[in-house]
Amino acid sequence: MKVKVDLQLCESHGECCFVAPEVFTLDDNDELVWTEEPEEALRAKVVQAAAVCPTRAITVEG
Amino acid sequence: MKRIVVVGASLAGLRAAQTLRANGFDGRLVLIGDEPHPPYSRPPLSKQLLAGTMTAGDCAFELGDLDAEWMLGVAATGLDLDRREVILDARERCAFDGLLIATGCSARPWPGVPLPPSRDVYFLRKLDDALGLIEAASTARHVVILGGGFIGCEAAAALQGIGREVAIVDIAPYPMTALGAELGAVCAELHTEHGVALHLGVTAESFELRGDRITAVRLTNGTRLPADLLLVATGAQPNTAWLRDSGLTLDPGVVCDATCRAVGAEAIFCAGDVASVPSSLVGGEPLRIEHWTNAAEQAILAAANMLAPEGDRMPYEAVPYFWSDQYGIKIQSAGLPSAADRQFLLEGSVEGRKFIIGFSRGPHLIGVVGFGLPRHMPSYRRQIAAQARVAELVRS
Repeated sequence: MKVKVDLQLCESHGECCFVAPEVFTLDDNDELVWTEEPEEALRAKVVQAAAVCPTRAITVEG
Repeated sequence: MKRIVVVGASLAGLRAAQTLRANGFDGRLVLIGDEPHPPYSRPPLSKQLLAGTMTAGDCAFELGDLDAEWMLGVAATGLDLDRREVILDARERCAFDGLLIATGCSARPWPGVPLPPSRDVYFLRKLDDALGLIEAASTARHVVILGGGFIGCEAAAALQGIGREVAIVDIAPYPMTALGAELGAVCAELHTEHGVALHLGVTAESFELRGDRITAVRLTNGTRLPADLLLVATGAQPNTAWLRDSGLTLDPGVVCDATCRAVGAEAIFCAGDVASVPSSLVGGEPLRIEHWTNAAEQAILAAANMLAPEGDRMPYEAVPYFWSDQYGIKIQSAGLPSAADRQFLLEGSVEGRKFIIGFSRGPHLIGVVGFGLPRHMPSYRRQIAAQARVAELVRS
């Protein structure tokens, strides 16, 4: 599983950080930081994070 | 189940349909929507679309390879529970084994004196509303907005940003009443600083016309506001009129149990603005939430529950979240600030316009509102979900 985030679209809502804190966090400048290849056990959370992203910035591949 | 019908083809309907397929439903899946457009995201309509930084095409949702039958531009006008059929445009019928209701909200009609018979009067709920408003705003000089809630304030910020003279009129003493008096006052300052005129504690008394064109709005305090465009932004109401005689319980949303199943009905689930669902955040009281993220999260859960055996269904326990963008500041709200009995500063400073205010009910954190501090919001949302005690809050 690969997680891609379009930072041009990301507005730092933090939905993904709320749903999948193991994978997504906001840094001290409100910029999103994420694990590009999270472990498979987190798939459901990552898919949920992509589905609830208000700016549709997250895509999950593989 | 062989055939599932989703009524409502916006965010909740789409996320429900995607979840049904992702969770293995391989029967017929029908989506019915009364707008002619495929699903699109609504928040930009009052923000980036009006400001001209996004197009209608940018708002469209990716549908991927979703295997579904789409009936767009078709309104559900009734529900026959006995025959398990949705009635379409008062004529046709569409049978279902499972039904997901996600018909959302429409703009609440203006509650005041009759609106003038003018083509310069706009509402803002749908894409076509926004496109009409944008075209009108391209030649308008004076925009009067009736309603200082989120849509009114966002539209004011966006239209001011493209050079229009904007006035907001609201009977309340401050804008964005959902945030309370203190934060409402901060919002009022923001608008005033940017040259948007606020007329608070008053309402429209009459309208002046030349032919079918509006020229001014007269307020109850005697003020005359020049106007060539009137935007009515007085909230939203759930689209449940089509269910009035169905036998489902309405409050005015569709009354559901904690798993988003319509009370008293088999295999009928609800999601989004229409769903009235008991919330543990308010001691099991029903809660109907008109927010983007609620539509997405609730639809995913409701669809999964529809396919699950009764004993395996999960309760809906999300923390409400919404945001607003005004003058480059991101305003975020999580939980239920309006249900609080106390509020206090958690982060930053109000004067600096970067802060988070906490809201508590009894000993527990029940909500937070942030201005320009997104990084601290997820942690507080988790603590709201955990019903953390204010005395034990983990500050970030």
